[in-house]
Amino acid sequence: MQVDFSNNYFELFELPVSFNVPTEHLDTRFRSLQRFLHPDKFASAADAERRWSMQAASFVNEAYQTLSSPLKRASYILSLNGISLDEETDTQMSPMFLMEQMELREALGEAPDAADPYAALDKISKQLTGSQASSADEFAQACEKEDWPTARTVVRQWQFLEKLGSEVQAQEARLDDAL
Amino acid sequence: MALLQISEPGQSQAPHQRRLAVGIDLGTTNSLVASVISGSATVLKNEQHEWSIPSVVYYSASGEPVVGSSAQENAASDPFNTIRSAKRLMGKGSDDVSNSWLAEHYEFDFDSGSIPAFKTAAGNRTAIEVSANILSTLRSTAEKTLGGELVGAVITVPAYFDDAQRQATKDAAALAGIHVLRLLNEPTAAAVAYGLDNGNDGVVAIYDLGGGTFDISLLKMQRGVFEVLATAGNTALGGDDFDNAVADWLMEQSGVSALPDQGARRQLLRLARSLKETLSSQQTAPYELNLGESLMFRGEIHVDTFNSIIEALFKKTLPSCRQVLRDAGIAKSDVQAVVMVGGSTRVPLVRERVGEFFEQTVLTDIDPDQVVAVGAAIQADVLAGNKPDSDLLLLDVIPLSLGLETMGGLVEKIVPRNTTIPIARAQEFTTYKDGQTAMALHVVQGERELVADCRSLARFELRDIPARTAGACRIQVLFQVDADGLLTVSALEKESGVVASIDVKPSYGLSDGEIEEMLRASMEHASEDVQKRALAEQKVEGSRVVEAIASALDADGDQHLSSEERSEIDALVASLKQSLEGDVSDNIKLAVEKLEAGSSVFVERRMNASVKELMAGQELSELERKLVTDTNVED
Repeated sequence: MQVDFSNNYFELFELPVSFNVPTEHLDTRFRSLQRFLHPDKFASAADAERRWSMQAASFVNEAYQTLSSPLKRASYILSLNGISLDEETDTQMSPMFLMEQMELREALGEAPDAADPYAALDKISKQLTGSQASSADEFAQACEKEDWPTARTVVRQWQFLEKLGSEVQAQEARLDDAL
Repeated sequence: MALLQISEPGQSQAPHQRRLAVGIDLGTTNSLVASVISGSATVLKNEQHEWSIPSVVYYSASGEPVVGSSAQENAASDPFNTIRSAKRLMGKGSDDVSNSWLAEHYEFDFDSGSIPAFKTAAGNRTAIEVSANILSTLRSTAEKTLGGELVGAVITVPAYFDDAQRQATKDAAALAGIHVLRLLNEPTAAAVAYGLDNGNDGVVAIYDLGGGTFDISLLKMQRGVFEVLATAGNTALGGDDFDNAVADWLMEQSGVSALPDQGARRQLLRLARSLKETLSSQQTAPYELNLGESLMFRGEIHVDTFNSIIEALFKKTLPSCRQVLRDAGIAKSDVQAVVMVGGSTRVPLVRERVGEFFEQTVLTDIDPDQVVAVGAAIQADVLAGNKPDSDLLLLDVIPLSLGLETMGGLVEKIVPRNTTIPIARAQEFTTYKDGQTAMALHVVQGERELVADCRSLARFELRDIPARTAGACRIQVLFQVDADGLLTVSALEKESGVVASIDVKPSYGLSDGEIEEMLRASMEHASEDVQKRALAEQKVEGSRVVEAIASALDADGDQHLSSEERSEIDALVASLKQSLEGDVSDNIKLAVEKLEAGSSVFVERRMNASVKELMAGQELSELERKLVTDTNVED
């Protein structure tokens, strides 16, 4: 048995397709879905039911993780509207944005040698968090106007920011390990 | 006076029978079994009145393996045949074993099987078999105390166990004849024990330092739902390391550069351990141990000295603490409670320093040695179906990222660490050369970018890919991680529909054949009646299936089935019931299989109907469009 609820993450969570999602509703709905679907509720059931439960719970987890993360949610909305983020077909990025990225990367590379490496990383983190918040605002606006080309550009830049953010965290972890 | 309950004629059902289920804490140093008795989770004592047994197995040339305290008595006199800390080698390969301190303590056979084995007087024994012996002992303790056959057990594992270590634990349970209801992460089990007692909502940290493993987890608790936010740790760090460090210090103090044999080392370790325990409540501990000429250990150790000896080891736990906070995006001030788990958290320095790190007093209300087993017992009781109205739900995560090797020895991450399980993720890959018709997939687990730095889980091959130009094929690889944290990988070439599927058999694990062989061997040696045992197990399983289907049919059988369909299933149920009256385990097995196959359509209709109900308020036709159900794609 294969269960496939394709294209209905928002509907599964009883929400309209929109970038703005009420976090509390998302969490509550997630818990009530898992209370019903989770494999722990089927531990003594027939094999077919157990397998169904695993697939359904996997699907709900994926949906929840997608809708909970602003960037994943934005990408998902693009895909629902038939917009591909495929980097290989289109590598164009704004020169200004790329310049900023290079500066941030340079700062990240130099952070371990700074007098206070944690403070240096913290500074980069704050800058990234600010940029990501602006990305979220810009996306919400573009999304409302159904301006998909702009929305797509915003998401692609956002992905860069997110990747850099995880590199900052990895650098922090390396500093911790060296303590 | 209570009124007798009498069911409607024709609907008669046996009164609800409590299903016997236990929680097992299979520890590096000690192991425990617990069960919910009259509503409260209780650690079960064995015939010697011990609620905790040493995870030690003694193998002699004649006779059955001896487990627990009686085994430990042989540690000094017959060290090579007295196996302890086997948990450290679960899911490990030859390289890991050679680099472990266990390699100095035991003799290993690296070549005979697919995983290294201890050389003992009773023959080669893998860590899986040693663990199985411990599990069998716990099972028999439980069955004697509870007075019946177990339907299953929840077995705890360190949260940071990888796929190979989890699979090894499950294999050990299979060898011990235990049906695993769930592999549960130890810190999650501890949170269950605490959460239900305290009834608090919020984020808690579970710091679990056991004999051989360290875990730190952050959990969000909300109205009975335990959601793991992040977990990190070290599966090769624990109280054993404290003992070794103290033993080294004792040698240094006494001017002893080497010990004559393993027996002497064991005695010194035992001394180190008792000093550690004394220093948990005293400022100083005197010692005296004579192991022979110029091997005299005599003196006194102060708690400050002890602290300085273990300081470096303790500090190894802090990066993981920072890691979980970072991964969960939680500040220290958001952590409402810090729970201490594992015997090694009895060390005052550990409690103190963890408290300093999280800037609060740590919780030690529940015995740190019992808390994991207690939590596992509560979960087992729910999973066995004894508490249908329970609010308890555990949402755990995968501790280490899963990925595939790509060109150049790089890892493409598919399921990042701390993803809530169960989870399925698909990823597309393509061919590298023109005309390429096969593709090797190498599944790894870990956080590093290079394959060489990650743990190899399994390799499998996808064949019969249509010969096309490089990059033209689209191969979709699906990673399915189940609620036990175990991975299944399948791959599909999208154009041709070629399917390859494997269960991830660990690169450092047993093949199915080896497991069968061990099972057969262990049964030959077992004194109990093997046939009887198999029949009893099959009967438990058969009754479980009858019950499951009966309650489903009662609930909504008529709603989903035509009378013809219904009578077909009824006939299969009847024939299973009949086989349960008999004494042939194969007949029961066959009847179970027939019933499960025959009722699959019913099960499917029920589940889909439930989903529709769940999504009530929406147009049914719309739901039907979204809910694609295909019975042909299976497997």
